[in-house]
Amino acid sequence: MEKNIRGAEAVMRSLVAEKVDTLFGYPGGAIMPIYDALYDFKDQVNHILVRHEQGAIHAAQGYARTSGKVGVCFATSGPGATNLITGLADAMIDSTPVVCVTGQVASHLLGTDAFQETDVIGISMPVTKWNIQVTKAEDIAGAMAKAFYIAGSGRPGPVLVDITKDAQFGMTDFEYKPCEKIRSYSPKPTIQMNDLNAAVDLLNSAQKPFLVIGQGIILSGAEKELVAFAEKSGIPVASTLLGLGAFPTDHPLYVGYLGMHGNYAPNILTNECDVLLAIGMRFDDRVTGDVSRYAKQAKVIHFDIDAAELNKIIKADVAVLADAKEALVHLTESITPKKHENWLEEFRALEKIENESVVNEAKHPTSDKLKMAEVVNLLSEKTDGKAIIVTDVGQHQMITSRYYQYKGYRSNVTSGGLGTMGFSLPAAIGAKLGNPEKTVVAIIGDGGFQMTIQELGTILQAKVDVKILILNNNFLGMVRQWQQLFFDRRYSFTEIVNPNFTAIAKGYSIDALKITERSELDNGLDTLLNSTGAFLLEVVVEQEENVFPMIETGASVSEIRLN
Amino acid sequence: MERAYNISVFTENSIGILNRITIIFTRRHLNIESITASESEVKGVYRYTIVVNTSLDQVKKVVAQIEKQVEVLKAFFHTDDEVVHQEIALYKLSTEAFANGGAEKIVREHHARILTIEKDFTIVEKTGQPEELTVLFNDLSSIGVLEFVRSGRVAISKPMKTLEHYLEELEN
Repeated sequence: MEKNIRGAEAVMRSLVAEKVDTLFGYPGGAIMPIYDALYDFKDQVNHILVRHEQGAIHAAQGYARTSGKVGVCFATSGPGATNLITGLADAMIDSTPVVCVTGQVASHLLGTDAFQETDVIGISMPVTKWNIQVTKAEDIAGAMAKAFYIAGSGRPGPVLVDITKDAQFGMTDFEYKPCEKIRSYSPKPTIQMNDLNAAVDLLNSAQKPFLVIGQGIILSGAEKELVAFAEKSGIPVASTLLGLGAFPTDHPLYVGYLGMHGNYAPNILTNECDVLLAIGMRFDDRVTGDVSRYAKQAKVIHFDIDAAELNKIIKADVAVLADAKEALVHLTESITPKKHENWLEEFRALEKIENESVVNEAKHPTSDKLKMAEVVNLLSEKTDGKAIIVTDVGQHQMITSRYYQYKGYRSNVTSGGLGTMGFSLPAAIGAKLGNPEKTVVAIIGDGGFQMTIQELGTILQAKVDVKILILNNNFLGMVRQWQQLFFDRRYSFTEIVNPNFTAIAKGYSIDALKITERSELDNGLDTLLNSTGAFLLEVVVEQEENVFPMIETGASVSEIRLN
Repeated sequence: MERAYNISVFTENSIGILNRITIIFTRRHLNIESITASESEVKGVYRYTIVVNTSLDQVKKVVAQIEKQVEVLKAFFHTDDEVVHQEIALYKLSTEAFANGGAEKIVREHHARILTIEKDFTIVEKTGQPEELTVLFNDLSSIGVLEFVRSGRVAISKPMKTLEHYLEELEN
């Protein structure tokens, strides 16, 4: 036990006790005591100074998503705290474990409209799994322990700990006890074996079973268990956007990526399967299309660790509250080994149609202008699908999800649920710091890049080896695509006049290259990947390229269009 | 089909939990008809009674979201016929008008109580279901009601499973 230390030091000692070695933040008045304490912990904790608090939380998210650890960030009160909100909302909807520590005005000033006072507890409530305001130094250790426990357990999510300045300055004895139980919170469900057996019975009698996986596989670390189950059961596997990376894309049972811009076969055959087994996914509207016409013919089995997700969107015939890993171990034990060759053939036949009408041309275009897909395809080949790929939001994101052949665990980081433009660059910084030995490529559109472009400064200062790939079509491409298809080509404020990206990168001492021709692509990607330290490659691509296939809003998954 | 549901929520005693619960309704564009909160029979455990008009499907999802909150111990929902529920109403009347206006008959008929009689005003109290409280209000209106206030609903479900029982389950 430490006797009589400052609350601010208690914060730092709590982080060390939670084995936090990296955190992201930005100082300010109300968090100065904590930053002062941090000064004495510089050899134990690597604090990355970002350029905007949104960058701090996205970096913490990128760190968490790729390392499996809880991401941590610091921000001051008022605007520092409100700048975290987008990231909190992103982490909330994408189940990312993050602990944010914010400074707050002294407790006697609460509610007085003091300088940089904001009700961050109130503001962050809808976008945090849990939050707490601490006004006494002696309450800090307990609050931090609960924060880490809640953020990382069950369905993970963001937690915010708001600490008043007097609590940071206050003196306390410190003894850290990790939190292991909260009576009102049950993060680890006990599988009801009746439910599990009902699921197994349905699966054993299925002729056309279909396994749909989401990020729950990754969050529970069930990648190996998933392969074991798939191989024993012979069930074809499709993935949601956030599930990419959970199952090897080159596995013979992998049939593709689901949803609005996903693959042809798994979308169409969702409405042909007889048993749909969903594990660790939440039937997002981008996956289901029109829910009233989603897998109506199928018996649905849904495994999720969040009870509120069961029967939320799709009524399940068998709903099982479970951790994905535990569920898969049980399922593999009980399932009858099978092969579903004819059923798999149906996927392959549709895949052939997609290849012939979309994929082949996308990967190896005959048009003059460079296409996004060929860039991503070549990147995938050059990295053997093993880089950590951090995407932003929009066309480049959908193209990357379609054409990058993810093979590594925790290799896919993207803003799925919230669709946060500006996510990629800071998230890639966090991903690299969590995985120094891996290649981290941030693939970003020209629009999203400019939403958090200031984080180039973080890359400069912290010397983060992030490979930045800008796919520049001089448009806010996804919105433009919709304008073209559904708004009569009225391109309302989607054309974007861009700055000189390579000059900006160079201004931050980041080497950069711009290419416009197909003949330069191979070299360009080699230069990006082989650079020492960070590098920015800008690829000028076809301006009005559309992402297909596509399920239009209100359409059924089986109505996915190829062009 | 929309109907009234009585949602009972048991929570830890922590700052902000009320807000966490109410924003679940706000986000779904649901209006809370009434809400009451107080300590339950178990020390430190707070009990909310929330009345909302909505569909069965929606109330199930709302209760699941409430129960998902870290500091919520348990949440249930019941239809009106599955609970015993009451509200309390206070009526402030001018003492002069009250004394002159056949008030005694009204108070007797409604089994209402007189809480206090001051020189200027008299306070009548009645506990009951909303319709009963409204009928009394209408009757007293002939005398003239200066102020009227009604509590939210408190409700106890008919099925027998005690809070202690649930707490034991959570502890284990």
